[in-house]
Amino acid sequence: MDMLFALATAALILSGSAFALIAAIGLNRLPDIYTRMHAASKAGTVGSGLMLLAVGVHSGDLATLARALAGFFFFILTAPVSAHLLAKAAHQVGYSLSPRSVCDEMSDYEKRI
Amino acid sequence: MSAPDTVLSVAILIGLVLLGIAFLLTVYRVIKGPTLPDRVVALDMLVGIVIGFIGVIAIRTGFTLYIDIAISLGLVGFLATVAFARFILARGRDGSSEGAPAAAEAAPAERAGGRAKAKAKAKPAPPAAGKGRKA
Repeated sequence: MDMLFALATAALILSGSAFALIAAIGLNRLPDIYTRMHAASKAGTVGSGLMLLAVGVHSGDLATLARALAGFFFFILTAPVSAHLLAKAAHQVGYSLSPRSVCDEMSDYEKRI
Repeated sequence: MSAPDTVLSVAILIGLVLLGIAFLLTVYRVIKGPTLPDRVVALDMLVGIVIGFIGVIAIRTGFTLYIDIAISLGLVGFLATVAFARFILARGRDGSSEGAPAAAEAAPAERAGGRAKAKAKAKPAPPAAGKGRKA
């Protein structure tokens, strides 16, 4: 039983840190703000959330597990909000997309409203 | 040292190494990042990585109280990102103070698009916020 908990915790730690590393690589490899935001706010959030779940599983305590789940839920609730605010602010102020991007559906946003 | 402890300590070691590499890569983006939003995104990511570090340290030391610290750090990171987004919106493109004269620049924008005038009168705020800075 101990071994089972240890294996689950180890798998959560390894996958969480792998997600964080993938997000960091994406942050460096992708060409402009908007695509970088896509790497950071999705993979990064899952990475830190899996770490919290690892703590909850490792403790074997229902209260701690509930707190970890609440924290994970909070992260996946707030990450899209902050990413959307930041992307909208950057686009509205005029930071351009990468030249390689093929479509900007917000390009005539000011004309339409 | 029993088998579960060995599995756990190896996983913690690998996790710390991977998180450290991710941390360094993100710090590189904060330093290099050509624009302010790049740095803000990287700082947001940095908060996530630090939450991961806190989780690993909580498992390693056995203090589950760390999880509360991680949650409150996540809250602070969210508020910081929202505040930075508002700041980017107010600051304008290149730090030139475009926040204040945006209303003044909206007038030529309305003259240019004559038929947009009625809409602009109904909803004055969004064209004033975006139109002048876009050009």
